[in-house]
Amino acid sequence: MNFLFGFFGDASRWSGPDGIPVRLLEHLEFSAAAFLIAALVAVPLGMLIGHTGRGALLVVVAANAARALPTLGLLVLVVLLAGVGTVLPVLIPLVVLAIPPILVNTYEGVRGVDADLRDAAYGMGLRGRQVLFRTLTPVALPLILLGLRLAAIQVVSTATVAAFVGLGGLGRFIIDGLATKTYESVIGGAVLVAGLALAVQFAFVLLDRVVVSPGVRQVR
Amino acid sequence: MSQEPLVRWDWIARNWANGGPTAISALLENHIVMAFLPVLFGLVVALPLGLACVRWRWLYQPTAAVMNVTYSLPSLVLFSIFLSVTGLTRSTVVIPLTFFALAVLVPAVVDGLASVPDPVRQSAVAMGFRPVRRLLRVELPVAVPVVLAGLRVATVSSISLVSVGALIGQGGLGNLFIDGWQRQFYTPIVVGIALIVLLAVLADGLLVLAQRLLTPWSRARRAA
Repeated sequence: MNFLFGFFGDASRWSGPDGIPVRLLEHLEFSAAAFLIAALVAVPLGMLIGHTGRGALLVVVAANAARALPTLGLLVLVVLLAGVGTVLPVLIPLVVLAIPPILVNTYEGVRGVDADLRDAAYGMGLRGRQVLFRTLTPVALPLILLGLRLAAIQVVSTATVAAFVGLGGLGRFIIDGLATKTYESVIGGAVLVAGLALAVQFAFVLLDRVVVSPGVRQVR
Repeated sequence: MSQEPLVRWDWIARNWANGGPTAISALLENHIVMAFLPVLFGLVVALPLGLACVRWRWLYQPTAAVMNVTYSLPSLVLFSIFLSVTGLTRSTVVIPLTFFALAVLVPAVVDGLASVPDPVRQSAVAMGFRPVRRLLRVELPVAVPVVLAGLRVATVSSISLVSVGALIGQGGLGNLFIDGWQRQFYTPIVVGIALIVLLAVLADGLLVLAQRLLTPWSRARRAA
């Protein structure tokens, strides 16, 4: 506990370019950028594949393989290959890691919608695209949100590791603390990242409450 | 730097088994131990815990909540917290990874037991199976596919996550990433990634094979 008072009680930790607010903001910026890119790619693709059924096998195999990819290795390799100058190279592995959970869950969600429901929608005269957006998407929403949540948490964690290759963010407290054997910084950083991860988790639970239709939730 | 090839095979040949602690084969061995112990411990704890959650339903909600929270914590965070408790030992990586494995395996055990059809359970009771024998001979075998699905996820993630431990000095093949980064040298990084993915694919394949051996009836049914 003394560690925590030493870290959070130090006024100089709360200001300046390496203070907690700046690092937190950096962390949120990288994470949000990577998450948004991944979501913009994976959600439409997952919906398309789930709806048409084309390329499904490829998605499942690729997503399983992606789970085995070691975050740290990918990060180090991409940044070495692309150079450390800009933030962009660091975003690549973050996006690569965030796409599979979104893609798989969106695909599974859309594909898993009750066939009777799908037929009923067609029977009522809805066309392909209308069926997808008005029937399949709302019913699949809980699973799509699950995928987005897993991806967001993954991105927040990986952004921590990315401090190793020179990225800012909360990981800096941990990595720099390890390098200089300042354990109060390590523990303080760990507590901050843990808090952020839990906040993300909680935000998605709230989002689920707001956007998922009550009818769909009842069935679950 | 620009002429540096992505993989230098002579480096691999020289460092595969040079006898030192940083030999690739030594790191691989270390990696395997640190990746599989957590899954093993996780399974040993998850089976009774999952059973308890099925037996006493009220246990499941709080357990699931704790597992959910654990799973959302970044591995580096848990590693660095345990670093102040267990120091620079393998336990600093193995203990947090055990928690991650648990977070996947407990729901898998609970879902697996819930997937046993009621008629099957009732038939077993009617045939005179006592609770413990019913569990061992009927319910657990029927739950195998779901539990193994969880085991596959836990194993593959564990293999991949060990490498993050390199940041606290205990990362098995992950140490190759640090080495490559510090020397701006691609080969160790590529070797590390390739071996980790290979290890994961191999372990996954073995578990699929185990499932085929443990559930011979599912193949018989498909053939019929």
